[in-house]
Order: sequence, then structure tokens, then C-alpha cells
Amino acid sequence: MANLAAVVGIGQTSYTTKRDDVSIAGLVREAAVNALQDADLTWDDIDAVIIGKAPDMFEGVIMPEIYLTDALGCNGKPMMRVHTAGSVGGSTALVAASHVQSGTFKRVLTVAFEKQSESNAMWALSTPQPFSTHLNAGAGGYFAPIIREYMRRSEAPYDVGIKVAMKDRLHGARNPLAHLQKPDITMKEVEESFMLWDPIRFLEACPSSDGACAMVIANEELADQATKPPAWIRGVAMRSEPTMYAGREEVNPQAGKDCAADVYKQAGIVDPRRDLDCAEVYVPFSWYEPMWLENLGFAPEGEGWKLTMEGATSLDEGGDIPWNPSGGVLSSNPIGASGMIRFAEAARQVRGDAGAHQVEGAKLAMGHAYGGGAQFFAMWVVGAEKG
Amino acid sequence: MKDIAIVAYNQSKAVSDVGPCNEVELIMPVLAEVFSQAGINNAQDVDFVCSGSCDYLQGAAFAFVAGVDALGAVPPIKESHVEMDAAWALYESMLKIRMGHADSALIYGFGKSSPGELPIVLSQQLDPYYLAPLWVDTIALAAMQARMLLDQGKISERDMAEVVSRSRRNARNNPNAQLAGDVSPEDVLAQPSYVSPLRKADCPPVSDGASAMIICTVEKAKSWGVPYAVISGIDHRIESHNMGMRDLTDSVSTRLAAEGAGLGDGPVDVAELYAPFSHQEIVLTRALGLGKETNINPSGGVLAGNLMMASGLSRIGEVFNRIIAGDAGRGVAHATSGPCLQHNLVTVVEKA
Repeated sequence: MANLAAVVGIGQTSYTTKRDDVSIAGLVREAAVNALQDADLTWDDIDAVIIGKAPDMFEGVIMPEIYLTDALGCNGKPMMRVHTAGSVGGSTALVAASHVQSGTFKRVLTVAFEKQSESNAMWALSTPQPFSTHLNAGAGGYFAPIIREYMRRSEAPYDVGIKVAMKDRLHGARNPLAHLQKPDITMKEVEESFMLWDPIRFLEACPSSDGACAMVIANEELADQATKPPAWIRGVAMRSEPTMYAGREEVNPQAGKDCAADVYKQAGIVDPRRDLDCAEVYVPFSWYEPMWLENLGFAPEGEGWKLTMEGATSLDEGGDIPWNPSGGVLSSNPIGASGMIRFAEAARQVRGDAGAHQVEGAKLAMGHAYGGGAQFFAMWVVGAEKG
Repeated sequence: MKDIAIVAYNQSKAVSDVGPCNEVELIMPVLAEVFSQAGINNAQDVDFVCSGSCDYLQGAAFAFVAGVDALGAVPPIKESHVEMDAAWALYESMLKIRMGHADSALIYGFGKSSPGELPIVLSQQLDPYYLAPLWVDTIALAAMQARMLLDQGKISERDMAEVVSRSRRNARNNPNAQLAGDVSPEDVLAQPSYVSPLRKADCPPVSDGASAMIICTVEKAKSWGVPYAVISGIDHRIESHNMGMRDLTDSVSTRLAAEGAGLGDGPVDVAELYAPFSHQEIVLTRALGLGKETNINPSGGVLAGNLMMASGLSRIGEVFNRIIAGDAGRGVAHATSGPCLQHNLVTVVEKA
């Protein structure tokens, strides 16, 4: 049985296209200092640092923990770097949690970041490889056919993705850190934005952001003494499957289903829509909301889109299970940090510290991240109570 | 804390260029070998899998994703990855076992360094604003470290040559070694200077290959009925990236990690040190407080073959092999990352 652990501090930078006022070190330090301040702690209170980001080619810095040691106060401490593709922000939080849940450390700092403006992610994802087909499509080109297959199977109306795009931007307008601030966005505006990868329109895709997110995770004894309410970690799970194999279900991947079942079991969740108060789920392209609603068991297969259209996932429509109250990946996407932002925003909700995007009375929330060809999954459930 | 056992280890032959062999083809043979040693069928028979690799070696973002194809991850598995040497993947796996979320784990590391110019590639792990634009390569930085050691009278060129000579001679008994032979210190000293004060023989070869290991709880090792050794301590520490702020003639982080791993709690029969450059073996030997009673780098170490992202895990595996063979009762393995030994991991392995 794992030791109890909790999030006792959260820090983020604001998210924007280009943070040219700070170096990479300045960016991660800003999030880390914010997390330490939130936890009412100093660098000396940290036993180890766990850092995560997406591929090194996104900034052109190999194994950046080596260069970031000083910025993150690690001199003489253990430092670890996680990389699990797009799910990395979530995986990094889980690896950080395991430092405490294993009883090995009392209190650790975890940071995830991406400074996309330092390089070109589209290029970094498209380096030609020997022995494999060269896809010059970026992530949207990869996922568009999978979305089309979902639309065909579910017979969902064409504007579900448009609704998600509007809903998450309205959520983002409540979050001062969100990259896209579009308080007046309408479905018409989304629909009229140009088509990028059919059926994904420009406004149905995530932005490209700079930013970092950090959390302090502490053991039970220290979390009990924390200044602000802790977010207790109630379940942690990871799953992976190959990008391609005969008969692979790409619309509703088995790894996502297994990962959700595992984390729900640990947290005592039977019906996620009923038992959870909200969820921060990795939705980089609008249609992934209905697809993940089904994959994660919030709706029966083929019916996820109905929750979206009914407003069940919308704060503004008073939905019973708000998804991405922070605005989600559709409002801010510093790739390597995006998963950790989901995990941290779930924790903010159960700490009652989410400001204008607070889900009233939230006690139990899920953070979710996925990566690769929707093949790597990381999830956690956090609660206001120990369990 | 739960005792964790090593039950299987294998490394591929270190070769200068595996040619068209891809990641999956590098990994699969070592996986097959560790599965066979543990008496299991595939990655489905362990509770967790963790790997270490570096995208820049192959020149591909997400190079590790292909590694999953070697695992038979259908149905899906619990799997993670560090962009570090696989010794840190072992560390992550141990946390998973300690927290009770796994009883067993498969760890592997792989590197195909041949497609690029490794020392230049690694210059891009330096501070991207002040150092990386200078393209200072790893050999130049190591040469600077060696020069400081020589100038301060802490080592002699002969000491370095003796390290190389012992590596080449020990490697004759290591079928996976890339460089081996009856090389005397005089032979080394007779070589021309390469990047002064380093001779080519003071530097590691560039190698392609992979290694893999299976660890588990002691109970699981007993139920599998296979020989095992116990990891009695593991710790790692990093130091400042500002090389001007560090004493490059010492390794403070190695000493801290050794204390954390409990190295001083017993005799050390064997040590496998990840010292890519000859003088670094001396720095590490001193930081770890190793004396004449310790057999250092019986495999030849990484001067005999340097599998980037796997060599740290291999050091632990080499100590495991010595203990299982009955040549040693207790040993230390060391892994490193970053320029001039910036980040160091120390593992103590003991006879069960």
C-alpha cells in the first residue's frame, strides 16, 4: 500500500505565444518559485526535483535538467527527468508522487515546461526517419482521421467539436493564466475559422504556448501541517500501448480504458460522472472531449457527444461534470507542461483555490494526460479528503 | 524499506556501428535474454517497464516510442521513460516497487550513437544561451578537467595510462567489449596527444547497443526460483552546471550519493564506474573512497565500450554478474550524466 501524499503547493506561469522576457531557466524558476510561495516553503525544504518536458528538440536542449540544475535549486540533490511524449506532464507528476508515496522522500518539487518559441515543434515532430514513412503532418494531421472515424461511428452532429472549442475558451476567459482570452467567442466564429486538418478548424486546435507548471508534493505528516488545504492523491495510473498493431482500437484506445479503470479503483470511483466533481482532461483538438468522455467512462460508447451538447461539461451552462474549467489544452498548450497543468488544475479545484473557474464545492477531481499516437496515458485522482 | 532483488541482466555487444539495425532490433535480443534468465515470457509478466534513451542520439523526437514496439505491449502495460541513462529508469522502477504498485519491473536502455558525431551532439546539453553556441564538445571539457588534475598534481599522465591499460586488459574477458587487448601503460603513453592532455585511448569509443535488467521483490525472486542479488542502497545527486563553480578535480555529488546509498556500511569487493575518460575513474575512485581491496571495472568499464543511455544500467548489471558468479559479495555501481561528471548515481549491490 502506497504512503499518503498530497499536493501542498502549485505554481504556474502565465501562458503565451512567446515568453521572450525570460530564458528557459527563468521560465521554470518562475513556476517553481510560485509553487514554493503557494506552499509557504523555501528551496531548502525540497528533497528532490523531478522535471518533465516533451522532446528535447522542441527547444534544442539535450537533457535540459543538466542545464536547469541551478535554476531549480538542485545543487547536491537528486534530480530526475521524465519524458513520455505528450503525456509527460502527467507522468512527471506521477513519478514525483512516487518519490513520496514510496516513503523515500518527504517533500519534492516537480516542474514541467515547454518553451515552444525557442524552436519549432512542427519541425521537431517531422524529422524524417529511416525505415518509416515520413509524416509531415504534425499532431493534427495524425488525429484528424481518427476523429473522422469517431464522427462516422457515433453519428454525432457536425458541430460537437465547435461547441467544445467555444466552451473551453469561455472557461479559459475565467482563468487569467490562460493563453487564449476569448470571452466573446461564439460557435459561429469557430465554425467560420479556416479548416486546418478536416474536420479540425483553426479554433478547434490548441495554441502553441510557452509556459511552466510546478507542484510541491509532500508526505502525510508534512501535508497535515501545510498552510493551505492539501490535495490528497487518491489514485495514480499509467498505461502504454504500441502506436500501431493489427486490430488496434484508435478511437477508443484500450490503454486509456485500462488506465481509467485502475485509477478509479484506487480512488473508490464507480461512476466517474457521478463520483467526480470535475475533470481536467487532455483535449488538444475539440473532438477529443466527446471521445475521451467515452474512453474514460463518463458516457456510454457513442454517446459522449450528448454530454457536450447538453452542457454537462460546461461551467457556464451549470453542467454537472465540468471538464477543463481552466480552459484546458485548447486555451493553453505548453506541450510538456500541459499534462501537469491538468493535474495541477484538478488539485486547485479540490483545494478550493481555482478562482473564477472554481467548481463550487469540488471535493474529488481527475487529472488526465495522453501522448504519442493516443497510446501513452497518465491519470490521477485528487481529493479534499484523505479518502 | 522493501528489499529489491536483481534477477536478470544482459547487454548487447558494444559495436561502433550497428548499421541499419533500428531501436527495436537493438532492444529485442537483450529483452529475450533477460526474459529467459527470469523464466518469464515477455513484458506482460512484469508489473512495470521503464526505459532510458535520448532522442538526439538517433536524431528523432520520440525515438523511445519505437522502443515500445519491442515490448509486446498488447494488452497495454504500465510503462514509463526517462530521457536519462537507464540507471535512472531503474531508480524510478524501485520507487514503484517500494510504493507497492509493482512487484517486478523490466528496465532497458539503448543508444545508437553512430549516426551522429557524439561529442558534438552532446555539446547541445550545455547551457543553451552561453555554452551551447560555442559547441564545446565533451572531449574538450574532459580535457580541461584532466588538465586541472594534472596541473594540481592530483594525477599524472602515467596514472591515466594505467587506467587505460587495465581497462583494455580486463576487457579481454568481456565478450561484449569493443576495445580490448594487451596494452601496457607504456603503449598508451607512446600514443600521440589527441585533445591535450588526452590521448585517444583516454576517451571512450562511440558505441551502439542496449542493455536490460529485471528487478523484483525478494519474495518474487524466490517464487521465480532464480538466483538473485539484492540492491541494498541507491542514491543520486546532481551538481551545479556552472563548471567554474565546481571543483572539477573532485566529485562531491558522487560522495553524497555514496553516503545516501550506504556504501561505507561494508566492504566493497567490486566496483563498476561509469568513467568515460580515464582520469574520471581516478576522481570517482577517490570520491567513493575505494582502496586496493576493490576490483575496479573488471568488465573494462566504458573505455572498452560506451553504450550511451545504457552504460549506467550496465555497470549495475556487471556488479550483479560478479556477485551471481560468486566472485564478489558486495559491490558498487556508478552511473553518470552531464559534462565532467555533473550528475552521479550510486548503487550498492549485495549477495542475497
